[in-house]
Amino acid sequence: MASIVSLLFPFTGIFAVINSLKASRLEKLGDLEPGRAAGERAREWCWYSLGYGLLVYFVAFMVMLFTIRDGALSKVYFDNVIFNGEAWNSMLTGFWINIKIFVIAEILVLIWALLVALLRLLPGKACAPIRFVAAAYTDMFRSIPAILVLYLIVYGLQKARLPLMESLDVQDYCIVALVLVYGAYVSEVYRAGIQSIHWSQLAAARSLGLSYGQAMRHVVVPQAVRRIIPPLLNDFIGLQKDTALISAIGILEVLGRARFINNSQATFTGYTMAALLFIAITIPQARAAEWLIKSDHAKTRAS
Amino acid sequence: MTFLQMEGVEKYFGTNHVLCGIDLDVERHQVICLIGASGCGKSTLLRCINALEPISSGVIRIDGNRVSGTGVDLNDLRADVGIVFQSFNLFPHKTVLQNIMLAPVKVLHQSRSEARDRAMALLERVGLDEKANEYPDRLSGGQQQRVAIVRAMAMDPRVLLLDEITSALDPELVAEVLNIVRALASDGMTIVMATHEMGFAKEVSSKVCFVHEGVIYEEGPPERIFNDPQRERTQSFLKRIVEAGRL
Repeated sequence: MASIVSLLFPFTGIFAVINSLKASRLEKLGDLEPGRAAGERAREWCWYSLGYGLLVYFVAFMVMLFTIRDGALSKVYFDNVIFNGEAWNSMLTGFWINIKIFVIAEILVLIWALLVALLRLLPGKACAPIRFVAAAYTDMFRSIPAILVLYLIVYGLQKARLPLMESLDVQDYCIVALVLVYGAYVSEVYRAGIQSIHWSQLAAARSLGLSYGQAMRHVVVPQAVRRIIPPLLNDFIGLQKDTALISAIGILEVLGRARFINNSQATFTGYTMAALLFIAITIPQARAAEWLIKSDHAKTRAS
Repeated sequence: MTFLQMEGVEKYFGTNHVLCGIDLDVERHQVICLIGASGCGKSTLLRCINALEPISSGVIRIDGNRVSGTGVDLNDLRADVGIVFQSFNLFPHKTVLQNIMLAPVKVLHQSRSEARDRAMALLERVGLDEKANEYPDRLSGGQQQRVAIVRAMAMDPRVLLLDEITSALDPELVAEVLNIVRALASDGMTIVMATHEMGFAKEVSSKVCFVHEGVIYEEGPPERIFNDPQRERTQSFLKRIVEAGRL
């Protein structure tokens, strides 16, 4: 039956049908073993039909989506008139601001979140207040929408004009806001990573006379960091995307410029360009993270 | 004078009474073997000596100094008391050499070259100097355990605790580890070991302690404990061991 259905994708479906017919013929003749083999091949071709067939139908659907109504959707997303060098230049200038902000924010997040996680994991009754403060920070900044934190920090701190902070400009405040929000997420990732290291590692380190801090520094945290690379990358991609939120403060970063192109030239293409830029930086990072994990495994694990 | 002394040591895990008054005297250069069924408290006893588990009551002294209770520098104590675990517990992200050098450099403040020379000398003794730059996961269980012993010995401990160090090994790898313990014992290392290797215990130990339900139920020289146990539980335990072909 499945082989008939697989004819919906005829290139491989035909092999499924041929083999299943062969199988039933052979089995009727009492030729059981070759019959079973043919049946097996028929099933395999069915799966091929499913796998490749779905892809083909998906691609066909997308092509249809972009071509119906005389290509109305393609015109919206990929307007040739605007897809030109000048627009790209403007977009890249904007995107450079996003890149600067997320690179600085990510470095700060890495340090700040580790500190929060370590404080939250401090042992002993005496440190209960510290643990509480760390937990309260995490809970608070994970629950407030990022855009709201951005408003609160940027407008709030700017208005208050606190000492030492007067010299900060708007972009610096944006970095502070993003670090506070993503520090809360990433501290939880760190915490999960640290807690996933078996207690016997800490016991072994302590049994050699290392202090708690030394044991964390040299034994537990380095192992935890290796484990959390995938979820860490997840949060970093989130942070990178959320740099677009600062357009709401009026900074002409990539989304701000896309909106500008939109309004001034009555086209939608700016948004497509911005999306392409975000995709272009995310994919290499995903591959790089995979490579990092793979090379560490190749080094430290038995083949 | 008694080197390592435990007096009325008790340990509770919650309401679970694991050690119910342990009295144990260890002289310098002695090898003490703790035998007994799984769950009788052997491992806990060892972990209490270097304060990986705080004791609930009683007192532990090393060389006359109290090392249990409050006001004890645990890092100092642990630098003095080495322990090797059943599951090796090597640090998987560090090479063999880095595993061994970590504590001597960070705790004893040896220079890196000094620590490296010493580590290499110890590795050579256990026949693993060629593996110095390998990661633990690339080694066999027996090799990993030998590295773990070297890691403990690199701290020049005054007493070495061995917690069933051959229990996680394939049978053919047990000997290579026991040979090292045998060599350490004949060098005069003070050793307290929990073990299921009865033949080995019989051969190397100065004193065998049969631990049962959180107390040292019977103790004595190995010949007497193994050949002529006096008390009922010891007899039935050893009878089961013999039946299993392990002695």
